[in-house]
Parts: sequence; structure tokens; C-alpha cells
Amino acid sequence: MPPSATPPRRDAADSTAVAITLTVNGREHRLEVEPWTTLLDLLRERLGLTGTKKGCDHGQCGACTVLADGVRINACLALAVTRDGAAVTTIEGVAAADGTLHPLQAAFIAHDALQCGYCTPGQICSALGLLTEGHARDADDIRELMSGNICRCGAYQNIVAAVLDVARTERAETAA
Amino acid sequence: MNRFTYVRPVTVADAVAAKAGAPAGRFIAGGTNLVDLMKSDVERPPRLIDIGRVPGMDAVTALPDGGLRIGALVTNARVAYDRQIAAAYPLLAEAILAGASAQLRNAATTGGNLLQRTRCHYFYDPSMPCNKRTRGAGCAAIGGVTRMHAILGASEHCIATHPSDMCVALAALEAVVQVSGPHGARAIPMAEFHRLPGDRPDLDTTLGADEMVTSVDLPAARFTTHTAYMKLRDRASYAFAIVSVAAALRLRDGRIEEARLALGGVAQKPWRRPEAEEALRGRAPDEATFDRAADILLDGARGQGDNDFKIGLARAVLLRALAQAAAGGSDAQGGHARA
Repeated sequence: MPPSATPPRRDAADSTAVAITLTVNGREHRLEVEPWTTLLDLLRERLGLTGTKKGCDHGQCGACTVLADGVRINACLALAVTRDGAAVTTIEGVAAADGTLHPLQAAFIAHDALQCGYCTPGQICSALGLLTEGHARDADDIRELMSGNICRCGAYQNIVAAVLDVARTERAETAA
Repeated sequence: MNRFTYVRPVTVADAVAAKAGAPAGRFIAGGTNLVDLMKSDVERPPRLIDIGRVPGMDAVTALPDGGLRIGALVTNARVAYDRQIAAAYPLLAEAILAGASAQLRNAATTGGNLLQRTRCHYFYDPSMPCNKRTRGAGCAAIGGVTRMHAILGASEHCIATHPSDMCVALAALEAVVQVSGPHGARAIPMAEFHRLPGDRPDLDTTLGADEMVTSVDLPAARFTTHTAYMKLRDRASYAFAIVSVAAALRLRDGRIEEARLALGGVAQKPWRRPEAEEALRGRAPDEATFDRAADILLDGARGQGDNDFKIGLARAVLLRALAQAAAGGSDAQGGHARA
């Protein structure tokens, strides 16, 4: 029998890539991703957004925290395919387009809420999520609800102060 | 992480069919436990079946009997802050908020929380023998470092504990797990959903390999004012329980009319004994009564060495949780469970 003119059927293992759409910091990306790619690796390795950090890579340290559809999650434990269609905000998308810092970023500087800075993008994205959730009313609440973000330098006192500062300002503005 | 194929069914029937076609495959929703296990090579599924977009499983809805149905895809955070849940089942809200971190609760689902695996360090380390990971391989935890391990219901094959806080409250509230499979739907009471290890520690639950969880149903609320979830752990937040207690009382004229008690962190399933609850019925909520219930609930408790302290600790936490519940609820009234 002569060889078939049709190309051999691609093996299932060769065709695992999945087409997804992600809007990252307001910009839409159409991507083909292998299903085992985490959102964290996609952001860092494919999109070059290295502000989101890989710490433990097991959901224990919070350095990879991003907002997906406005909700804070650990990007290291999210497979990118499962977040198809999501709007993701990373630390690169927190400041205004003209470079004006978000009040949280300004508060982190004002309160000296970091030392080495490695956990800071995750801390700020987590705090953004916390403010949106609206369950933190005092420093104790902030400590509890920020417990998914570890700071090896131990800058916790100032991190809590910075988040509390912004939370109070936001509440005052809401009340006004 | 191993290589796998990925499918995204759009109905429960499609999801069940996809699982039937790939028995070693895994359902994925939030992924907070499964992806972690895959990164550690503890789970190596050839196919992931993403049920995250299956409609009809993403809401908290009222049931005709006065209870609530929590869809399997409702996140832990949404359950904990749901107004109906916070009002009628504060024990559940409090237990969920005692577990994990805000980020994890935002991604983890109700169904996934039920099905999360033990955090036994030996289970998580593929270089160690583990009967839960590989049937018949042996147990490295027995005779090893056992601080986090079981004091009740363990076997010579496995001494792991179930890590969930949510499930301890669901057990005390006598929730019912709704599941679907190729032969239709069935309901599994929480007391029968998780298994003790026996000689099959590889089986965490009574869920069939071809079934999926679709919802968790709460019976009409009977315990709303005198409940407490108390959790002891190695740090103030974001750690698994050494011991936890869900206590729910109904008081009338200074006596306990009805009680529910469940322990977490001590066994492969939330630990309940109806006889302990019966011992509280009709009695005054005092320490002698609580002590008797603790005797029954902890009957047969046995340490593994490093965790011997958990027996006394479990008793102390039980007494405190019961006293707190009797006094009119716990920190949940002013703590993080508030919506």
C-alpha cells in the first residue's frame, strides 16, 4: 500500500496546548498555553511581568498574590487554563497610567513597610483585595486577613500600619 | 508537574462522562490543593477535568425544608461571608475563617475543601513510603515525627488526619453531601462521607471514583445562638489545627436540649460520637456535664508519642468550647466571622 498523502494524525500528547484569553492590567492577550502552566509562570515567563514573585510556589507565602477578576488569589496555585477569560491585575497594573502611585504603594513607602522588598508586590496586591472585601476594621483584622502574606524581613508592624492608614482613609471618604 | 490533558465539560453529565472516560483523571476547580499535590508529584493525573464553569453549582440557595444548599463551586470565602450562612450557621462561617488564608479561601471551593487530602508530611514526600499514596507501601509516619497525627480512629496502616476546618463544622451541623455519578445522584450524610483508614487508607471518602460532588446541603438551622468553633494551632493564623472543636448547643430553661460536637485535627475524619451528645441532653451546662461528654468523645484515644499531648489538649479545648457555646457563642460575634 502506498503511503497516505494525508499527514499523520497528531498524537494527543502533541496537542495539549489550550487557547485562552487573559486581560492583564487592562491589556488583552490571546495565548496558547500548556495546561500545566500556572498563572504565575505565565505572567513571569511569557508576559515578562516579573513583578509578581515566586516565593514558595506552594501557596504558603503569598509572594505571588495577584487579583483575578478583582479577587486576590495565589497565582502559583492557579493553572492559567482554569482562569481563561479572567481580568488579572498584577503589581505592574496598580499605579495609575501616568505613574502616580496607588495610595497603598505610597503608604508602604511612607510607613517604611518593607526591607528587602521581595514580598511587597504580593503584600500590596493582597492588601488591595483586602480593602475591596471590606472585612478589615482594625489592626487585628488586618493581621488576620493578611496572614497569607509572609514577610521574612519581619516588616509586619509597618505593613499593618500602611494598610490600616489606607483603610481608614477610604472609610473616612466613604462616610464623607 | 506531570504532563496531562485538559478538558472543560459544560454540564454535570459531561463532567461525569469525562471522568468515566479517564478514571485516573481528576476534577479540578479552585486547584489550591490538587495543584500543590501535583507540584510535589503526589498526584500525577493523566487528565484534568475542569468543572469550574459547570453551571448550577455556584450559588447558595434556599431549600424547601428551610435549609440551605451550597453549590460545590461556591468558594470558601463566599460561604463564610454569605449573609444567610453568617446569620443561621455562624459555626460554619467561623470554622471556614479559621482555616487557610484569604487568598486560598477566595479560590478554594466547597467541594474541593471536602476532598482535600491530608497534610501528613510523609504523604507529601514521595521518597517516603505511604499507604495513602501507594496501597501497601507501608507508613513512614508510624514511628516517625507524629506531632500532627491522629489520636482517634487510626489504624496500623495510617495515622493521618483530615485537615479541614469547614468539614468539622459541617459534621456538627449534620450536612449532607450531594453527589452525581453515571447511575444518577445520591446523598451522603457528612458522618458517612469521610472514612477512617482501616486497611484502605488510600480511600479518603466513600465517594465513588466515578462520582462528583455537586452541593452540600445544610438542614434547617437549629444551632445559631450557642455555638463555638475553637482551633488550636502552632501560630495565631494560617496553620492547620493541632486540635479543633465545633460545639453547638440548644438551651432551654437552663438545660441542654440538644447538642452536637465534632473534633478536628485528631482523626482521618471529623470526630463525632452521638453518645457524647446524648450525654449532654437534658443536663445543666456545667463542667461536670461537659467532662462526661469529653470522656465519651475521647474514649479510646491513643497517642503516637509526639502527639500524646493532644489527648489532654483535646479535652481542654472541648471544655472551653462548650463553656463558650453555653455562654452564648464565641468570638464569632465580634471576630472575623462578621460579614
